[in-house]
Amino acid sequence: MNILTKLSFGFLGVVFFSAVFAPLVAPYSYETQDTLNTLAIPSFSHLMGTDRLGRDLFSRIIYGARVSLFIGVLTTLLALLIGTIYGSISGYVGGRTDNLMMRIVDIVFALPDMLMIILITVMMGQGVIGIFVALTLVSWVTIARLVRGEVLRLREQAYVEAARALGANSLRIVVREILPNILDLMVVTLTFRIPVAILAESTLSFIGLGIAPPFSSWGTLANEGWKAIKFYPHLILFPSLAIFLTILSFNFLGDWYRNYLDPRKKSLI
Amino acid sequence: MLKYFLKRLLHGIPVLFVVATLTFIIMRLVPGGPFDQEKKLPPEILANIEAKYHLDQSVGVQYLFYLKQLVHGDMGPSYKYIGRDVTDIILDTFPVSITLGLLAMLIVIGIGVPVGVWSAYRQNSIVDQIFMFFATLGISIPSFVLGTILVWVMSNKLQWLPPALWEGPRYMILPAIALGAPFTGYVARLIRSTVLEVLASDYIRTARAKGLTETTILLKHTLKNSIFPVISVLGPLTAGLVTGSFVIEFIFSIPGMGSFFITAVTNRDYPLIMGVTLVYAVLIVVANIFVDMIYMWLDPRVRL
Repeated sequence: MNILTKLSFGFLGVVFFSAVFAPLVAPYSYETQDTLNTLAIPSFSHLMGTDRLGRDLFSRIIYGARVSLFIGVLTTLLALLIGTIYGSISGYVGGRTDNLMMRIVDIVFALPDMLMIILITVMMGQGVIGIFVALTLVSWVTIARLVRGEVLRLREQAYVEAARALGANSLRIVVREILPNILDLMVVTLTFRIPVAILAESTLSFIGLGIAPPFSSWGTLANEGWKAIKFYPHLILFPSLAIFLTILSFNFLGDWYRNYLDPRKKSLI
Repeated sequence: MLKYFLKRLLHGIPVLFVVATLTFIIMRLVPGGPFDQEKKLPPEILANIEAKYHLDQSVGVQYLFYLKQLVHGDMGPSYKYIGRDVTDIILDTFPVSITLGLLAMLIVIGIGVPVGVWSAYRQNSIVDQIFMFFATLGISIPSFVLGTILVWVMSNKLQWLPPALWEGPRYMILPAIALGAPFTGYVARLIRSTVLEVLASDYIRTARAKGLTETTILLKHTLKNSIFPVISVLGPLTAGLVTGSFVIEFIFSIPGMGSFFITAVTNRDYPLIMGVTLVYAVLIVVANIFVDMIYMWLDPRVRL
């Protein structure tokens, strides 16, 4: 484990901890207004400065981590669950069912995904739930394809045949014999899909079509900072940094885990 | 080849139909309508406007009407840009978006491929480590963050390049970099790993044993065999560049399809939302067909 991996682990640990225990970690609440210190630059009383209404940016970023991470992690987990079930059925049953199921996946693939995410999010009222549903609906297909490919490959293996000869039913074969063998692949996928989801959410919120106030994610904070970039660049600097470092850490962890699984292929993509 | 192209295009039609239908349904489920304003319109006027745009009919009728229109190549009038057809708006904005996309693609291929190859040749050297570190930075930085950094440094502080609008080559540099950088990192990492695999293969050793120069080996053997993974991601890459461009258009106030899509969603300008989504979908479908054709052209083993 190199130094970058350790730093990534450390950083994500701190972020997750502060997200979960936000009320304990944050020096202020996310809506307390320090009306004497609006648009203040970073200082000891406000580590990252304050916004237009005098709200402490550091505290808002800690609370924003809740939204950003919740969406990033949970949509990916849900997409993984749906994609795995769908892909296993498609790959294991095969034949006409497989054809039909993959045709549906192809169509979802051809959708301009960001536009669909925007429409669904706006349709559901620009809340956490809306963007959660939108991201999940679009991202399960990648995983379904991946899992199907693996299941297709593994179901012809000798040990699967052995299980079948012993009288195991299909459900048992898939759950006990095939899925454990693609667990590693799923973990790698998880580390690479979480940053994608965080990125998508923050991008939408940044252009004002994602999470709408009073909720705020890092993207929402960056959007507020963007409006004042000329004179108060710190307002966009810190939220952007939070997004960037989080995505970077996930990517480093993903790289590390992939190399760890397969040391022969040092540094794949 | 032409026959294959047309056949694939024909397969794309059901996909576009599904896209149109889904977008139509979702769009109508979005709360709020195109003519909700702060100041309420008098009911008679509202009724007139709605009759003009067939909004007084049932959603099903409207849907069929839209499809009929679409088959005739007409995407209807915009609700907000009075007097302009969606087709007009798209004809104006499409060239802008596609130029931005192609420039970004140029950066992705022009920088990503050489960097990846160089890194592979100097595996584990300082150069390789620096390149790969930056490639990972590249894939991790959201394009809107990079965009804002570029605007702040290059325009606000140094005043070298314009921060917004689209009025000539100087205006295209920052947006193209912001859009292309993440994908450049991705391609560099991808090509590095395939070149490494190729370099370890037997036919490269044979080529070296034959006494071929390193340049010949690189151009004729290594590159030719490591380019396939890059080509196979070109489809998703194009889709990413195309649909990713709306954030960049938003930051740099570029009058492209993406900017219009964002305002159309905010305004509930139904025909414009439909139009832009469909054009994007067509682009993605066509890009994928082209990628498959390039693949077949380069690798004769893949048959039509």
